[in-house]
Amino acid sequence: MSKTIKWEYSPAPEGTDRIQLKEQYDLFIGGKFVAPKSRQYFDTINPSNEKKIAQVADADQSDVNRAVASAKKAYNNVWSKMAPKERGKYIFRIARLLQERAREFSVIETLDGGKPIRESRDVDVPLSVAHFFYYAGWADKLEYAFPGRKAKPIGVAGQIIPWNFPLLMAAWKLAPALATGNTVVLKPAETTPLTAVKLAEIIQEADLPPGIVNIITGTEKTGQAIVNHADINKIAFTGSTEVGKYIMKAVAGSGKKYNLELGGKAANIIFEDAAIDQAVEGIINSIFFNQGHVCCAGSRLYVQEGIADEVISKLQKRMETLIVGDPLDKNTDIGAINSKMQLDKIKMYVNLGLDEGGSIYQSSCSLPKKGYWHAPTIFTDVSQSNRIVQEEIFGPVLAIQTFRTVDEVITKANNSPYGLSGGVWTDKGSKIFKVTKDIRAGVIWANTFNKFDPASPFGGYKESGIGSEGGIEGLSDYVNLV
Amino acid sequence: MSKRIDIQKTYKLFIDGKFPRTESGRYIKWTDSNNTTVVNICRGSRKDFRNAMVSARKASRSWACRTAYNRAQILYRIGEILEGRRDQFMAELTLQGLTKKQTASEIDQSIDRFIYYAGWADKYQQVFSHVNPVSMPYFNFTVPEATGVVAAIAPNDTSLLGMVSIIAPVIAGGNSIVILASESFPLCSITFAEVLHTSDVPAGAVNILTGYRSELIEHFSSHMDVNAILYCGDNGVDKKLVETNAALNVKHVIQFPEQNWAKDEHQSPYHILKCQETKTTWHPIGV
Repeated sequence: MSKTIKWEYSPAPEGTDRIQLKEQYDLFIGGKFVAPKSRQYFDTINPSNEKKIAQVADADQSDVNRAVASAKKAYNNVWSKMAPKERGKYIFRIARLLQERAREFSVIETLDGGKPIRESRDVDVPLSVAHFFYYAGWADKLEYAFPGRKAKPIGVAGQIIPWNFPLLMAAWKLAPALATGNTVVLKPAETTPLTAVKLAEIIQEADLPPGIVNIITGTEKTGQAIVNHADINKIAFTGSTEVGKYIMKAVAGSGKKYNLELGGKAANIIFEDAAIDQAVEGIINSIFFNQGHVCCAGSRLYVQEGIADEVISKLQKRMETLIVGDPLDKNTDIGAINSKMQLDKIKMYVNLGLDEGGSIYQSSCSLPKKGYWHAPTIFTDVSQSNRIVQEEIFGPVLAIQTFRTVDEVITKANNSPYGLSGGVWTDKGSKIFKVTKDIRAGVIWANTFNKFDPASPFGGYKESGIGSEGGIEGLSDYVNLV
Repeated sequence: MSKRIDIQKTYKLFIDGKFPRTESGRYIKWTDSNNTTVVNICRGSRKDFRNAMVSARKASRSWACRTAYNRAQILYRIGEILEGRRDQFMAELTLQGLTKKQTASEIDQSIDRFIYYAGWADKYQQVFSHVNPVSMPYFNFTVPEATGVVAAIAPNDTSLLGMVSIIAPVIAGGNSIVILASESFPLCSITFAEVLHTSDVPAGAVNILTGYRSELIEHFSSHMDVNAILYCGDNGVDKKLVETNAALNVKHVIQFPEQNWAKDEHQSPYHILKCQETKTTWHPIGV
């Protein structure tokens, strides 16, 4: 006679007592924290319990003007004249200071954005540090990155970043821009401004000369003011394809350069000869990492017909073990949805999937009463033309289809306006190279998924963007070659 | 005995490896500066462009999948055939107003440009690829890959060298191209298509249209299957239009101002890179 014992995890919450947060944050312009000319502030809340954490300044046009003027002055008088190796030292210093305060930043990232502490602690913060460290070393070695050409900085970069990896995206944007000698006006996302303003404190501590980095919080209109500002020479944006297209139109004819990291709808392909259990783990990671708030998420799963039943049943079993709940708990796998707006959008797509005739499976986890939550969700019985297969949901929702041949799955994978990432699972090496070559996307994970590194370029084909971030390639978008 | 009558050339379009007339049935009367030679140039239409796009898309994958060595040989072959057709281009370039010396130099450089890029076709990947030292047990590498189909508005002030300088790096990098020839000097463009036709360039990899810029630029830049739009010129209105339309499906925008294409600095592997995407592949290392 056997008896199933259900093991419960005891709560293991990360402490919040060691972090320093003020009630109100101003704009970081010209090396100082200054009150916004707009006199407006807005609240930033914890999406896991809807409680206000702090309020941050809402920069208007006049604040953007001040920030850009300060960046331009710092570019002309200081940063473009500084010896590259000294430039590099400042960036190294930022990396080190951030590393020292890693714990504090992880907790704030989780509080403000809702992602599990395990991810902010093990992914977001260490990768942010690594990005600064990696690009710091490039500052005085640019002649080796562009054989036969000289790399010159562009000037003032306006950088607009998203809410899914707030600190990491700030690092992705700032590190290469600074290493190549540009100055910056950076705007964090409306729902996740805190780690960016805390990063401003570190930049201050690092003694970076005033105006080289300006960090201004705000809303959509702040972003528009940056994009349209005449003294900004370059726009770097990570976010939706819709906003990316707006930016392209807005800067048309202005001579501004831009790089765009936009949406995705990655195909994750499982062949019959894959290591099934590893592939199932890979599927979990590809779609449920960071609540599915990942532009490169593997949101379209293609399973070869012969193993479809096995993979789906194992996937369902594995979904049951995912711990959804308090993001600060170290055992948590899936945290809170970033905002009410995003939760509504995810729910809209789930309803759409049902209307389109899809079969749904959700893990039977209980969701907290307060805050924004969504259970891990998969759809089967969907087809290529379904909207949940074509459009980016940006949540923990996976659309599963089957296929028979390699050619068929490549055609299906490429049948998308996006081309950011892709995944392939097989134990046959030659098949890996065939498929990774034929998928029209910028980052392909073979027998793995959602891995990131500062030395590894990241960027999309087609409507997923223009340009790359990370690696040597990440320098190109911040220089003029002469 | 009566005097032999010359056979005059009919200038048509070059689409999908064939020489069709424009479907629109329209033409542009082109006369040389002495008003002695009159030629009817096809006034290409939106439909011609769309046909060319279908053929370019069809060709793009197989062209990109050719071995680099094979692409290099085909580019070299274009140079060879161009060399052999020198007299024909001499005659047309002279008719279009160049002096004898200018003509010779334009042809020389057009040939040399293909030889230059033939050499790059199997090397730029090596120069611009990287194995990345990621901090995890993974093998990680990055390679440039053709973006797909390029729609190009060729330089207007040169008949042959400008167009050659645009086409060569685009196809060396494995893209297919639809290019609108110089509006002012269109004669060589179709003759050049005859060179391509006899150089083992696969049908559809290069398509050449003639016609009015003002009429076609909107269609070139707004077509939803174009991956990169390349514009040569200094017209501010055109440039803004191209950049605005590029937003429709996030096309790459590549622009070249009017310039003296004869300079060596206008050949560069960085021109190949302008129409390349960056692909990074990860794989675990383990047993």
